[in-house]
Amino acid sequence: MSTAIDTTTTATARTTSPASSPWAIRTRGLTKRFGTTAVVDGLDLEVPTGSVFGFLGPNGSGKTTTIRMLLGLISASDGEIEVLGKPIPSASASVLPAVGALVEGPACYPWLTGRQNLERIDAAGPLGERRTRSHRIDIALERVGLTGAASKKFGAYSLGMRQRLGLANALLRPRQLLILDEPTNGMDPQGTREIRNLVRELAADGTTVFLSSHLLAEIEQVCTHVAVMNLGQLLAQSSLAVLQASTTSRLRIDTEDVGLAAKVLAECGLETSTTQQSLVGDLHGQTPHELCRRLVDAGVRVSGFIVERPSLEDTFVALTGEGFDVAR
Amino acid sequence: MLRAELLHLFRRRRVLALLVVLALVPIAIVVALKFSGGPDGGEGPTFLNQVTNNGVFASLAALTISLPIFLPLAISIVAGDAIAGEAGLGTLRYLLVRPAGRSRLLAVKAVTIVAFCFAATLVVAVAGLASGSILFPVGRVTTLSGDTLSLWTGMVRIAAAAGLVALTLLGLSAIALFASTLTNVPVGAMGATLGILILSGVLDAIPQLSGLHPWLFTHGWLSFADLLRTHITWTAIEKNLALQAGYIAIFASAAWARFTTSDILA
Repeated sequence: MSTAIDTTTTATARTTSPASSPWAIRTRGLTKRFGTTAVVDGLDLEVPTGSVFGFLGPNGSGKTTTIRMLLGLISASDGEIEVLGKPIPSASASVLPAVGALVEGPACYPWLTGRQNLERIDAAGPLGERRTRSHRIDIALERVGLTGAASKKFGAYSLGMRQRLGLANALLRPRQLLILDEPTNGMDPQGTREIRNLVRELAADGTTVFLSSHLLAEIEQVCTHVAVMNLGQLLAQSSLAVLQASTTSRLRIDTEDVGLAAKVLAECGLETSTTQQSLVGDLHGQTPHELCRRLVDAGVRVSGFIVERPSLEDTFVALTGEGFDVAR
Repeated sequence: MLRAELLHLFRRRRVLALLVVLALVPIAIVVALKFSGGPDGGEGPTFLNQVTNNGVFASLAALTISLPIFLPLAISIVAGDAIAGEAGLGTLRYLLVRPAGRSRLLAVKAVTIVAFCFAATLVVAVAGLASGSILFPVGRVTTLSGDTLSLWTGMVRIAAAAGLVALTLLGLSAIALFASTLTNVPVGAMGATLGILILSGVLDAIPQLSGLHPWLFTHGWLSFADLLRTHITWTAIEKNLALQAGYIAIFASAAWARFTTSDILA
């Protein structure tokens, strides 16, 4: 019974979906000024279709303003936006049904139950057939692990439960793009882990996921692409692998033959600092396995060989600076 | 969506409580009349002095008494909450991202407010009629002109009067809806609407400003009483309806212009 309904709703969404484009989201010179300050300043964002795109930046960097512009909630002062190949906000009515969103936390009617909240939002727009509504809600609630609390009033929900309900709302209909602003905010570790798995599942089904988060470890685990924003501008944008490769990895070797090892490594162009039983140096394009072979060939007794890739957090701090105070 | 919005409104405990309060006002007045032995020869078309002779007049008395304060208060609460309430909760962004469509959402909200105006007026009239008919005798309806009409003709006139009161309140509703698009704080929209209502009433009471009076939306509010003349005089009623239509046109357009272009930051 459930499969029949599933295929029909998915089919409807596919036939009415916008033409496929290499970019799920693309902006050109996107700018938003409030008064004289540019909160978002000349943003050229390119989110490849099918990617899991991590959108990073410190508080006040303009992430949420960008997301609001992508969804047509606020107008751009300058620049262009394309979502799923169509211009925003002029084509919002045909684009947004294929976009699920969680913007700046969930928002619901506290006097309604979780289920009633989903019903109300679903009834407010297109492609939310009443015939399939109850079934779609069941599935969405189950996906976010909220089935047990569906008939509780939203006002009695914990922060994590509210977040889950917001996600259920984003998943209520088949989507091509999910825009999730801090989806794991306030969730317990199990919840965070489930959301991570959920994002992977959705991505495997071909949904593009645009994820803003402060939890860099989260982004690192699920994202294929990353953009870093600060003070309204894009500091970096690339696939995760490229971003990480652009920063230097560090090699650490444990051995009793420190002197010999340092000499071999110097021949390979690697400067190292040594302690009694180990050497540490920054890799600049040398391949680790090649270095390892040279060391062994030269008779160095290698008891430990570790390549430390910089974490996304290191990269993030390198790009946005160390300061703790919000920039503005 | 309209169906869902109507259910959403009329299932809300706050709205139901408002309707109950609106019903209690006429009931309290009728009960007070019963046990105080009636008013001592009141003047003017408040219909209160006729209730003891004929219970159906209680509905007209209820409308007259509720119109200056209770009905506008209820409508300010509901209409002021229409957009500002959704913005305050943050649900506005989810409705718009759904996408509900800004013009469509505003239209649905407007229709819902109109429905509430009629529901509120109906509740007042019916509560008055029911309590009056139970506690006092019911018979032929005496008009303001002094003649009597059959009970049924009288009832039709009373129903028309109630309908007219609901229409009379639409100008105020449009003001409240516009105020609701200006803020994320529903109480602000309600307060602004009530402020404008009071201002209009005050200006209407200053004789030196008589040139302004025909343009005040509260000026013709009590014109529904003309329906209770033997030969109905339509001039005041028509003027009032035209004025309400003017206020609706201006403030509904302003609400639309504001809501379809504003940045949703809530």
